[in-house]
This record gives sequence, C-alpha cells and structure tokens, in this order.
Amino acid sequence: MLIESINIVLLGMLVVTAIAAIRLHDLFAVTMMFGIYSLLAAVVFVVLDAVDVAFTEAAVGVGISTVLMLATIGLVGRREQRPAHRPLLPLLVVVVTGVALVYGTLDMPFFGDPGAPVHQHVAPYYIGQSPEQTGIPNVVTSILASYRGYDTLGELAVIFTAGVGVLALLGLRRRKRPGKENRVS
Amino acid sequence: MRDNPVLRVVAKIIIPMILLFALYVQFHGDFGPGGGFQAGVIFAAGFILYGLVFGTEALRSAVPPGLLRWVISLGLILYTGVGIATMLMGSDYLAYGALAHDLIHGQHLGIFLVELGVGVTVSAVMVTIFLAFAGRNDP
Repeated sequence: MLIESINIVLLGMLVVTAIAAIRLHDLFAVTMMFGIYSLLAAVVFVVLDAVDVAFTEAAVGVGISTVLMLATIGLVGRREQRPAHRPLLPLLVVVVTGVALVYGTLDMPFFGDPGAPVHQHVAPYYIGQSPEQTGIPNVVTSILASYRGYDTLGELAVIFTAGVGVLALLGLRRRKRPGKENRVS
Repeated sequence: MRDNPVLRVVAKIIIPMILLFALYVQFHGDFGPGGGFQAGVIFAAGFILYGLVFGTEALRSAVPPGLLRWVISLGLILYTGVGIATMLMGSDYLAYGALAHDLIHGQHLGIFLVELGVGVTVSAVMVTIFLAFAGRNDP
C-alpha cells in the first residue's frame, strides 16, 4: 500500500512536470523541467528496485543532457519561436499514436507477473547460474558484461560512433571569427 | 561564472570527490549498482563542471582535444582487444574464462577490463560532445 501511494505521487509529479515543460516558453525553464523529470524518473526506477537503471538515468538524464541542452540554448537563444502553423495535425497524430500504444499494452502481461515470457526465457538461467559461473554478486553487471558482452560492445560502438560523428560535424578546433582576430585577450 | 569566488572554491573542492566517486562506481560495479557507463558519465561530469566554472578554454588546456580523440578509440580498442585475446587463447570471442587459470578469475579479469574500456570511451565521448557544443560559444 505504501509503495502504491509513493508510485501515485511520483507518477503524478511526472505528469505535472511534463505539462509544465509543454506550457512554458522559456527554454531555460523547459530544460530545468526536463532535469526534474529525469530525476523523478530515476526515483521511480529506485522504487522499482532497478538501481542500476536509476543510476544511469540520474547521471545521464539529469546531469549530462541538461548541460548539453544548456550549451545548445547558449547558442540558439532562450526564447521559443512562435510556431508558423497550427498544431492540430501533429496533435491528431500524437493522440492516435498514443491511443494505439495504450491499446497495445492491453495485450501485455500484468506488471510484475512472474509468468510473463520475459521472466521465463533466459532470465532464470542467468539468475541461477551467475554466482557459480562468474562469481560476481551483482547479476546486472555479470549479464551486461559477460552473458551479453556482444550487446554491450554494440552499445559502446554506438557511443563511439556518436563521439566520432560530433567530432566530424562540429570538431574541437576553435573557429576564427571575422573581426575578432585583433581582440586583446 | 568565472568571477564568482564561491563557485570557484566549491568546484575545486567538489571535482576531486566527483572523480573519486566515479572511480568507485567503476571498480565497485561488480558488487553494487554501477559500472562503466555510469562511471564514465560521472567522470566526465567532473571535467564538465570544471569547464562550466573555469571556462572551456581552461578545460581545453586540461584535456587537450588531440588527446581526447585517442582516448575515445582507446576504450573500444580495449574492449575488442579483450575479445581477440580470448580468441588467441583458444576460446570464443569475449569468453573471459580463457583469460586466467580458472573460469571465475577469468570472468573477473575480463569483466574488469571490458568495463574499464566502456568507462574510458564514455567519459571521453561526453567531454568531447560538451567541448564541441560549449566551445562554439566562446567569445
């Protein structure tokens, strides 16, 4: 009962934060809202006992992406532009997609159902064999790094590619701006 | 932000703690929550805080961009290198058991090296992206 009320409060705050992020027009405030949203999501993951995911969400969602969005706002200005067209068609698309997704969840097993396929496939093997086969107490680490080593290698390759892409597009060299060469620094 | 003494002093105190905590998360991932991804991001956050408070130019001199380019590749090379090492030792790609005399030690060593590779690449990529974005706004 306690967990349910904590979940309701957290999810309610998530909804309020999301609506506030949509309604605000100051991009700086919107970025802060996104940070709060990620922090709340991290707390939800902690309540779900997924501490590794919560850790990642807190570090990446709250920390790095907020800083990157602030850096971008520093380049593009903090005022939102007025939309040039009416948002009715995008709203319709979003509502239809959302209804379809909710309809799709009706077929899914209930939350925490031990008979769900995801808990019947390889998960029991990993949980049962991990202590003897790897000797590592944290089963999340042994699955990510050992059983699913290929997947983690793929993820690392994705991050590597992102870094190389940013390097190729933006680069790290300081650009010489016209008229500023003679500035006394 | 460069002229605010409170920020400068607090940042100088906090940054070593952030880096130390990142190393703890990196090497304690076998036992508690954490691992290469989280540790890499936290390690990068220390450098990014330095760049925010003291300016990207100071960060650039602390972490030369030329070095970053090498470190990005280093982590991925370490990860794939572990896989190739296990193959050379007569096992499958990324089957860490072959790395040491028994299976458990091999798993420990393999996971340690692989997570280190993840942490190195992730932190270098995060600092690179920050420098690429924030560095464009320098006066």
